Formats: sequence, structure tokens, C-alpha cells
Amino acid sequence: MALLEIQDLHASVGGHEILKGVNLTVKAGEVHSIMGPNGSGKSTLAAVLARRETYEVTGGRVLLDGKDLLEMKPEDAAREGVFLAFQYPVEIPGIGNAYFLRSALNAIRKSRGEDELDAMDFLPFYKERMKLLEMDDKLINRSVNEGFSGGEKKRNEILQMSVLQPRLAILDETDSGLDIDALRIVAQGVNAMRSPDRGFLVITHYQRLLDYIPPDVVHVLVDGKIARSGGPELALELEEKGYGWAEADAALHA
Amino acid sequence: MTSASNEGGSEKEMATVTGRPNTYLEAYGELIAERQERDPVWLRQLREDAWTRFDAKGFPTTHDEDWRFTNLASLAKSPFRRPVKGSIAVSAREIEAFRVAGAACQLVFVNGHFAPELSELSGLPKGLEICSLVAAIDCGMVGVAPEGCASDGIEQHLGRYADIRRDVFAALNSALWEDGAYVRIRRGSDLAQPVHLLYVSAGAGEEIMTHPRTLIVAEPASHAAVIEDYVSLGSEAAFSNAVTELVAGQDAVVSHYLVERENLSAFNVSTLRLEQARGSNLSSHSILLGGGLVRNNVHPVLSGDGAECLINGLFVGAGSQHLDNYMLVEHAQPQCGSRQFYNGILDGSARGVFHGRIVVHKDAQKTDAKQTNRNLLLSDNARIDTKPQLEIYADDVKCTHGATIGQIEEEQLFYLRSRGIDEVSARNTLLYAFAAECLDRMHEPAAREFAEGLIRERIAELARNRRTASSAAATEEEVQQWEEVR
Repeated sequence: MALLEIQDLHASVGGHEILKGVNLTVKAGEVHSIMGPNGSGKSTLAAVLARRETYEVTGGRVLLDGKDLLEMKPEDAAREGVFLAFQYPVEIPGIGNAYFLRSALNAIRKSRGEDELDAMDFLPFYKERMKLLEMDDKLINRSVNEGFSGGEKKRNEILQMSVLQPRLAILDETDSGLDIDALRIVAQGVNAMRSPDRGFLVITHYQRLLDYIPPDVVHVLVDGKIARSGGPELALELEEKGYGWAEADAALHA
Repeated sequence: MTSASNEGGSEKEMATVTGRPNTYLEAYGELIAERQERDPVWLRQLREDAWTRFDAKGFPTTHDEDWRFTNLASLAKSPFRRPVKGSIAVSAREIEAFRVAGAACQLVFVNGHFAPELSELSGLPKGLEICSLVAAIDCGMVGVAPEGCASDGIEQHLGRYADIRRDVFAALNSALWEDGAYVRIRRGSDLAQPVHLLYVSAGAGEEIMTHPRTLIVAEPASHAAVIEDYVSLGSEAAFSNAVTELVAGQDAVVSHYLVERENLSAFNVSTLRLEQARGSNLSSHSILLGGGLVRNNVHPVLSGDGAECLINGLFVGAGSQHLDNYMLVEHAQPQCGSRQFYNGILDGSARGVFHGRIVVHKDAQKTDAKQTNRNLLLSDNARIDTKPQLEIYADDVKCTHGATIGQIEEEQLFYLRSRGIDEVSARNTLLYAFAAECLDRMHEPAAREFAEGLIRERIAELARNRRTASSAAATEEEVQQWEEVR
């Protein structure tokens, strides 16, 4: 059984159809990259999979380990192992970074009938992960993402991912706004988590990220549909020919 | 917005609400007779002046600019009665729930009367003098002060600051007060733990009124915190009309906490008048969680150079609660600073008011005044009126203000939920974080912990109500401009 199976998915935002029939299958252990021009529906797909309620699903189905993902609330999806690394991580004033992540981890553990971790158990584990991502200890007690630099916010997303250990990790343009050093650190964090039990959807506009996180499959999303799928060489071809090529190609097959 | 802030113009508008019950006159008549032998001449005069003022003006209406957003008709027509002393028995067990952990002492008043058997006054810290106000006055009359308390200083301060001319409720309180607390912190004393003043309304079937009066005298360089706490036993409507005068000597540092947690039928008008000498540093923390119709007046006068004042508040309303905050900050001398931070959370059909008025007098150069009012509305029927108002008569001043009205941000809620936190907990977390901003400004650990517990409990109740702003809707909008009167 596939980890993620998306069949003819249609979704709208504010009455405007964005996804127009997406089909995609991700098996455990695979890294899939979704590339595409601005406005093609990449972030909408990510939001729908994370069950954001402002995105309305108008057709199709999505199975996560055979379960109907579209029936789930965001917290249920998270507890079933979906993790979305946000393109624009949200600032939450007044809530400490470590406290927040421990609450999230405990909510997930509790839903699985596991014991909750207290601060004493959690902190060493948390600090170790922070070190891997070269994050400053001062971020532990700061409010979530508040006053973080762009790079710190993205690393914080990967930190959360590495603590929550999802089954399906969706990275929504995690590379945007990162310099080369930060990109390398983020990619290391992701690569360290690749495993036969886990799948990745890496959404990006640029081929550059895929040099650091080599994908198994590349999909090109154009106007709400997957226009092409292929191996890593497809990303290079796109880089060379530009999205205009994929768009024209999609129009041809429409 | 109209600028109706002058006395003369509003005089006519403050017409008596028709049909005001005569229970006030009865109460006054009884009290005068009872106190005739015991009140000193100056106090009798104060009561008489205050009564005359109240009798002439009556309760304000919404035509009065200071009461524009708060309709007092239901208060004005209710025949609240003066409670008979000792008519209600309250047990120590009932009071137990209202203790503040880590308090230096607790004075308990039941229906406006001091209840020594319920109070905890043993082992008072050095430098603290505390007793019931009426005891101090009675003993002063016969020349023996009660233990731990001296009556000298009362005449010098009582009624000197609360403005019975401008404020009808201060006048009503000054005429009808029967008891309250007298707190004196001796020069240079540093009290580590807060003083807890508990005012209990226990109607037991009757709609009663009380007019608690508190006088806090902080001598130069003293340091203390006082918690004034209003609670109900039972569900009857009661009217508490409190006035507190806090006089801070030079370099005194004092925090005042007002906690309103009465039942939802209660009427509560609290007036805190702060008088600040040079270099003094006062904080007013207001935590309004209960009460049906609440008016919270905070009125500092910075009358010595370099005085600092923090006005910090949180109001949380649901159902049909009406919570009105009226701030009047007077900068009378140069180099003073005032900072106001009020957060409001309103759900159901609750209504909130924040009226922040800053007056900078002619001599108050180099004034630095800041005001922030932020509000979260959790339902379509909740409403907030926020009104900053600035009157400047000096030319070298810095004043800033900001007011926002918003809802819980869908984006933040989604972020928390996408990490596995359920919706109720996520809402609770976000509401609590917003409410808890006021806690960061509280620096007395015992008082802060007390406030934190109360806020946590109240927010958990609200979080169960579902309502989120759509991401498309504006989440925060800037509202209202300074009203300037020069």
C-alpha cells in the first residue's frame, strides 16, 4: 500500500479553483519533488494535505496509509504523521518555542497511547536536535518564530519535523529566502531523516534545493495539474528550458 | 468624534435618571444618625458635601461624555439596600477559597463591614500598619489606636484626592462608606509579600449595596503591593461602589491590584485615585473577569517631578457582561512617565470600553506618555469601544497611542493544529498568550501567581467557544485617532 495516494484532487480557495485534478502516489522511503511556476497550486496542495480549512476540497480523494486524509482535521492529520514545513512559518507571541514543541509532541504521543514527556525528558533531546541544525540556545525560550531571522524560522520548521518524526513530511518552499549555508544545514537536517518508513514531498520553485536533497521522482505542476513526472533529470531539464517549456507541453496535452 | 470634555458643558447633561429609588437617601439618613457621635467633624462635613453633590447630580446618563458607552439605567433604578451589619453569617470555610497564597495578611469585609474573625492579621511584617478604616477613626476619636495601626494621617489624606465634584460615584461613596481598609507602609519599609483586601458581597436573597473605602498611605521610599479583591457569595445582584485613595510619598514603589471576580449579576464601580510624589513609581494592575456591569476608574495624578506610573489591565467578558475602563492620567509636573497597557477579550454579547484620557498640564514638560489598548473579539455580537483622548497644555511632550481590534488569527490556529494540538487547546493557548501579556508587567511573585491562576481558569472557559476569523478577513485594524483638545 502506498504511503500517500492522491486521486483526481480538486480544491478551491475563496470559490476559485486552484487544483484541477491532481494524481500522485508516494511510497514510503521515497522523496518526491513538486516543481512548478508561481500560482500553479504547489502551496495549495501542501495546505490541503495538511488539512487547512480555508482550502475547500471540491473533488477527488486522498489516502494516507489507506486512511481517508480528507476526513481528518489538521490535528488528526498531524497525529497520523503528516507534517507541513511552512513556507512562511507563523509567529506566535507569548508561547515559548520549546514549550510549544513539547505540547505538540505530547499531543501526538497521547493520541498514540504513549506517555507524555516532561520538560526534563524533553529538553536534552530537543537541544541535541537544535545542535544538529546549528541553532542558538537562546531560541529555546523565545516565543515561537517571533523575532527569528528568515533562516532561523526555516531551521525551526526542520527542528520541529525532526522532533515530531512524521510519516509524511511536506516541505513547502523551504529553500526560499535561504543563503547557501542555511540551505546546506536545512538539507542536512532533511537528509538525516530520510528512512524507509518515511516519505517526503519537497515543493520548490528551484532546482538548486534538489542538488542538496536528491529526489527519487520529480513532478511538474502546471495550472493545478501534474503536467509531467520523471526522474531527477527532469529537474535539470526544467532548469535548462524554463517553466515555459512545461507550460507549453501541458497546453499541448490538454 | 466630539470633544465634550469640559465641566460646564456636561453639567446640564448629567440629569438625574428619573425614578432614582430613595434607598440612597434612607441609607444616608441612617448612617448619619449612627455615625453622629463617632465621626469627627471633618468627616461629617465630607459626608455632607458628598451627599449634596450626589443628590444634586444623580447618576450620569449616556449624554455625559465620560459615560457615553455605559448605560446605567438598570443600576439607577434598582433599589439596592444598605445591608444590616452582621445579618449574614459567612463561615471561614467559605472564605478559604478566596485566600491568596503568599499574602502578608488578609483583611476580610463582608457586605462592607470588617470581619475580624475571618481576617488573617497575625505576624504582620515590620513597617506595615493595617486595620479597618472605621476602627482607626473610632479609636482616633477616643485617643487609642488599635494595635498595629495609628489613626494619625487619616484626616490629612482621606477624601483629599477622590474628586467628589467631578465623579458622582466618588461622591456617593464618600457620603455612604461604612468601612474599608486603612493601610500604612512606614518610611523605607520593604514588604516582600502583598496585602490582600477581600471584599465579599453576600446578599442572601437581598439586593445590597456597599461603598468600600480604602486608604493606602505609602510613606517615602516604602515598597509594597496591595491586592483589592471583589467576590460574591451567592448569585444575587449587588452594587459595590468602591473608592481607593493611594498616596505615594517620595520614591515610594507600590503596586495596586484590582481583581473583579464577582457574579454575573453584580454591579461594580471601582475608583482608584493615585497621588504620586516626586520619584514615586506606582503600578495599577486591573484584572476584570467577573461582574455584570463593571466600571473601572483609574486616575493617577503625577504631582511630583520624575514620577512614573504603569497602568496595566486585562478585561475578559462573555455573555452579557459590560466592562468599562476609564483611565484618566494627569501629568502635573515635569519629567514624568506613564504607560498604559490594556488587553481586552470579549465573547458572546459582551461589551468592553477603554477610554484612555491623558491630560498634560502646563508645567508638565518632558512628559512621556504611552497608551496601548488591544482587543480580541471572539464573536460577532461582542463589541468594544476604544477611545483615546489627549489634552495637552505643555509644548514639550511625547505621547503615543495605539488601539487594535482583532480576532484569533486563523493562521496561528492552523499552525498549532498542524503540529497535532487540538483546536480547543490551540485556542486556549492563543487566548492565554494574549491575556498573559499583562502578567509580564507584574513584578510581585505572589500577586502574579494569583493573577495567573485566575486568568488561566477564565481563559479555559472561553476557549471552548468556537470562532475563528477567516484568513481573508482583516485580523487587526487600526482604530480611532487621538482626540486632541488644546
